Amino acid sequence: MFSLSVLIVWSWAFTEQAPALIIKDLKFDLAYNILMTPLGHKKAFNRGVCDGLLMPFWMVFGSMIGFGSMARDAGIGIDVALGASLGIWGLPGQVAMVELFAAGLPIYAIVVASSLANMRFMPMTVVLMPHFKGNVTANKWRYLLAQVLSINIWTVFMRRGSTLAEEDRLPFYFGVSITCLIGGAIGTTIGFVAAGVLPLYVTISLVFLNPAYFVYVFSSVRYRNCIIAVVLGAITGPLIYLISPDWSVPITGVAAGTAAFYLDKWMGRS
Amino acid sequence: MIVSDPWVVLILCIVGTFAWRAMGVIVANRIDISGDLFQWFNCVAYAMLSGLITRVILMPSGTLAQTPDVDRIASISAGFIIFFMCKRNIFAGTGSAFVTFLGFAAARNYGLL
Repeated sequence: MFSLSVLIVWSWAFTEQAPALIIKDLKFDLAYNILMTPLGHKKAFNRGVCDGLLMPFWMVFGSMIGFGSMARDAGIGIDVALGASLGIWGLPGQVAMVELFAAGLPIYAIVVASSLANMRFMPMTVVLMPHFKGNVTANKWRYLLAQVLSINIWTVFMRRGSTLAEEDRLPFYFGVSITCLIGGAIGTTIGFVAAGVLPLYVTISLVFLNPAYFVYVFSSVRYRNCIIAVVLGAITGPLIYLISPDWSVPITGVAAGTAAFYLDKWMGRS
Repeated sequence: MIVSDPWVVLILCIVGTFAWRAMGVIVANRIDISGDLFQWFNCVAYAMLSGLITRVILMPSGTLAQTPDVDRIASISAGFIIFFMCKRNIFAGTGSAFVTFLGFAAARNYGLL
């Protein structure tokens, strides 16, 4: 009941802000055009590294510390833990894999649960890729771009990507990604090695850091359809999880996303 | 079928997640970004992520599941107050939520709560 009232207050906070946000958008869009002068590859890459170090590096670092210590508790080796962090590169899928493997579930059940938990990469990649349209190198390496994508990188890129000149986007993207991958590798290793050395309350707080960050990131989305999608997703996500933990991510996305899409259309293009 | 080699499980899980990414690439190549379908995908992506994040905060699995709901909700609320006071500053919001949560966790650890 308490959670539900929190959700209602939360969604109220979103919608109250919505009209002001749309006006802000317009100003933001005008500012884009002035900023569109190319930086050059090296500078754009460095900017990506800097933006990555500002927040995402620490977020990935914190959550992977949690994952590293969890993997150790589950009796998995550091090699597999690092492989999961850098190869699966999506925490919900990693957690599902480690938990279910430790529980001794059959392999198909582990793979299905882990993959479903990471289904978000499909719509995220669809939204990401058009930013690189016309870039021959990006097109050649498109599967690599998709493989290194993570939620932290995606949110940074959604905020910054369109403010950059087209040729700067690829080096910027790799700057952020490489920074995050390094953060993930260091975090997993420290979490694994220091499990039991770090006090539990510190580890738990570090794990809390990333979801907390996303709450405020998603409270800052600028377009009306995104705002509606975020609010509907936040309300339905936990409720659907109660009914079907495994399928909650795809069901929430499709149901709340479709509802947001039509609601936004119904409200008109004002 | 129970497989005891973690590498086999890992590689299949990597393939499983990569399949979503690859599907995204394939759809992205065929989609018109000014069209409705692209906007729909955009809504789905945001709804999926926000649903996931809210669920992780309210009903976590893994390490966070050991913490009381009140700690998480109070920290996020404290973060929201600072977030709106600082003109929607993500850094300020995240920082204060983190510090509040750390305070709760430490207080519980030392038996103050």
